[in-house]
Order: sequence, then structure tokens, then C-alpha cells
Amino acid sequence: MSTIKGLDSWAVDLAEVGAVYPFQGTEVAMVIIGVVLWIGWHIWQIKSENAEIEEDLHMADKRKKAIEEIDRY
Amino acid sequence: MGNNLEALTTIFTEFYYWVTVVMMFLIHVGFCMYEVGASRRRNHMHTLMKNTMLIPLVTITFFFFGWWIYWAFPHGPWIDGGKGLDFAAGAANAPWADTMGTNLGDHITGVFWAAFLLFSWTAASIVSGSVIERIRSGAFWILAVLIGSVAWIIDAAWGWHWDGWMVHILGYHDAYASGVIHAIAGGFALGVLVVLGPRLGKFAADGTPRDIPPHNPWLVTIGLFLIYTGFWGFYAACNVPIISPEVIDGQITGVTWTATNIYLAPTTLSAITFNFLMSLSGGLLMGYMVSKGDSFWTYSGGLAGIITASAGNDLYHPIQAMIIGGVGTFCAYKLHFWVERKFKIDDAVGAVAVHGYAGFIGVCIAGFVLWGVPSSPYEGYAAINPLGQFLGAIIMFGVLGFLPGYVCARILNGVGLLRVPKDIELLGLDIKGDEDYQRAVNDVRDAEKAILNG
Repeated sequence: MSTIKGLDSWAVDLAEVGAVYPFQGTEVAMVIIGVVLWIGWHIWQIKSENAEIEEDLHMADKRKKAIEEIDRY
Repeated sequence: MGNNLEALTTIFTEFYYWVTVVMMFLIHVGFCMYEVGASRRRNHMHTLMKNTMLIPLVTITFFFFGWWIYWAFPHGPWIDGGKGLDFAAGAANAPWADTMGTNLGDHITGVFWAAFLLFSWTAASIVSGSVIERIRSGAFWILAVLIGSVAWIIDAAWGWHWDGWMVHILGYHDAYASGVIHAIAGGFALGVLVVLGPRLGKFAADGTPRDIPPHNPWLVTIGLFLIYTGFWGFYAACNVPIISPEVIDGQITGVTWTATNIYLAPTTLSAITFNFLMSLSGGLLMGYMVSKGDSFWTYSGGLAGIITASAGNDLYHPIQAMIIGGVGTFCAYKLHFWVERKFKIDDAVGAVAVHGYAGFIGVCIAGFVLWGVPSSPYEGYAAINPLGQFLGAIIMFGVLGFLPGYVCARILNGVGLLRVPKDIELLGLDIKGDEDYQRAVNDVRDAEKAILNG
């Protein structure tokens, strides 16, 4: 029994073989999982960026730091 | 070459491997750039020379005995059915064989040797980054020969050869070298680091690790980008580009020619292109997330993603490759900092994590995702399975990686050759060169000012 449906040995004629990846038949589920992970990444990233910006905005001596950074170029 | 089709196939194969060698050169350029970027100014030249000089040393030793080991050692010796060294296969690849030179009857040995050699450089170069700023060059170059021309090529004979005993008995599958290059090199680096110890100042008195930031993060990231680029050549070099079922002489029927992995089992360049890019992406996304946008770990995450998925990237679906890349990157990142805190290991560039842990995990994951898939087109080989992959990962990381690295480092340390003296480490390993440089600069300045002043 193999995770690649129908491929228990390479005693095959390659002219008659198509897709050979594991868990064939679950492509739609895999795409859904992939899309959920992608959207989840954006949600996490925006939240994380918001928190970082918020923290930077509350930095002490903001004006002095800005002048230093402008001078640093 | 019997006819024009055969000639065309042979010349295509020769050119294919040659191109992969040129591309893989970029891996070494990348390693040099990121190591120099990660080191501090007083250690630049030493760091660069340490990595550069492994090129000639590993090359000549790989010519003298490394290539012969690959062909003579697939059965152990005496592990697979009591078979000893394969002297017949070894003879055609010994340094005195007439195929190891200009030979109009053999277009392949030279480029195939070179493709393997570039893997050898990579194995040694992975170790190089983790030990920067305190190892003696002489010690490193001995270790580089050991990993580049002995340890990794034994593991290649065992687990990355169509007739290797690990493939035959364990069903070991590691198409793009998660274990046979990355886990072994990471394990070897860890073995050396245990003996070498951390850089001065790396840990506070209470054992808390300090970050030693790279002097030039841009050079580090460009170096890692170049490694990605060279990795394309590495992937292509792991394939046989075109072969007929008659030449494979296994169970495959029909007359359809194919590309294969190193085990002569069919795959396509298209498959590995999908999976390379998707596992890179999974690693980059996870690297960015887990490190909260740290550039070094984001780039390293991309590399860890590819490395984790590499064992099965000839067969995975691209979304599987992406998820596996992300999982491996997460584990490698967390393990790096856990091992650093717990065992006071100073891995300067995270090589043990990115290559060793990600490679180990990738080999194990392939055992589950590809469970039951034939490991070889030949009869009598075990199918891919979780236990075989786990044992394979232990052999790669522990037996052929950690152990030789640790033992050799202990010997070098015992004779006082492993680590530079404390004062030199503080002054910088380039101290003599830097002083000569400054003297030369001052001389020229004085001379030019004298001319200017008449």
C-alpha cells in the first residue's frame, strides 16, 4: 500500500503513467489548506506590523531620534 | 557512441552536468559572502581564506580517493548481504583509471565527478560558517577534507546510490539530499562545535546567550540569495536528465525515456521546479513569521524550507512541499535557540539548525508522506517507510556526521591545533594582515604627500 495511488512498484510503462504525487484525490482540500495558510499569514503579518508601528509611535524622545536618523541618512 | 541519437543524448547529458557545476559554484560564492558578512571586521580575511582554501583541498582529495569511495562503498562494506568493497566499480573511478582524464570514449565521468565534488564543497562549507572567528585554519581544512572527501561520500554511497545498502535494506529515499548533504554537515558541525566551544563573549556569566550581530547584514542576505541561486544547479545535478528503460535495466516496461532521481526512479525537472519554489516559499513565509521579520532568519528560513522538503521533492505535490518547508523551518528556528541556551552551543550562522535539524526532520517527514512508495526501480528493494527514514536520518546526522566531527575535533584539540589562542581571538585573526595593510597604506600616503609637497 503506497501513499501514491496505484504505485507499489516501478514495473509500469511510463507512457501510461500520469501524476505521481502522494494523496491524489485530495488536491482541492490541499488548495483550501494552502489558501487558509496564505490568508492567515496576511492576518498575522498585519497585526504584527500594527503592533510594531504602535510601539514605535510611543518611543521616548521621538523627535531627537528622528533628527538622528535623518542625519544618519 | 553507436549512433547519432546516442551521441546526442551523451553530449546533452555531459553539457547538462557541466551547467549544473557552473551554477553550483554560486553556492560557494554565497557561502563566502555570508560568512564574511557575519564575521566581525577583524576576522574577515581569515574567514574568507578558510572557506576559499577548502576548494583546492577538497578537490584534490576527492580526486585522489573521494570519488573511488562512492563507487566502492555502496554495500557497506559487509552490510548488504555480506558484500565487500565493489572493486570493479571502484577501479573505473580510481585516480589512476584512464576514465579519470581526457578520454574520447567517456564523456560523463568528468562532469559527474565534478557535480559530486561541488556537493563536497557544500558539505564542508556548511561546517565552515558555524565555526568562524575562533577555529584555526589548519584544523578546519583537515575537518573539511574529512567531511568533504570521506564522510559525506560514504553516506552518498550508502544512501544516495542506486545500489546503496540503505536504499536496498531500509528503503531510504533522499532525492535532493536533506540527509546526505545537509543533515550530515549539520551533525558534523555540531560535533566540532561541542569541542570548539563558543566565541569569547557569546555567553554572559550566568549562561545567557548574547547576540553577535553580523557586521554587514546586506552581504549576509545577498550571500544567502546566491546560495538559493546555486541551489538550482544542485537540484538539477541530483537528476539523471535522460535515460531509457533498457539502460536502467530495472522493472520499468515500455520504451518511454525519462529523467530520474539518483536512484534511477522516474521524476521530472518540472516536478522539482514546482517543489523547489513552493518549499522555498513555505520556508520564507515561516522564517519571516517565526523570527518576526529578522532578515537573516527569513533568508535562512527559505533555505531551511527547501532543505526540509528536499528528501521527497521529486514526488511531493507542491502544496505538500510548501507545508513541509514551513514545518521544517519552524522546528529548525526553535531548536537553534533551544540548543544554544541549553547546551551553550555557539553556531555563528545557524548552520546546524538550517542544515542539520531541517535535513533530519525532512528525511523523517518523507518516510510518512511517501510511505509505501517504491524506493527503486529494481526488484527486492524495501519501499520508503518511516522507520527506514528515521534510521537513515540518525546515520546521516549522528553516525556519519556528529561522530567523525566530534572525534576529529577532540584529536585536533588534544594536540593544540583546534582553536586560536584567546589573545589572538580578541585581537582578531587578521591582526598581522591588518597591520601590514595599514603600514602599506601609510607608506603610500606619505610618499604621495611628499610628491605633492615637492
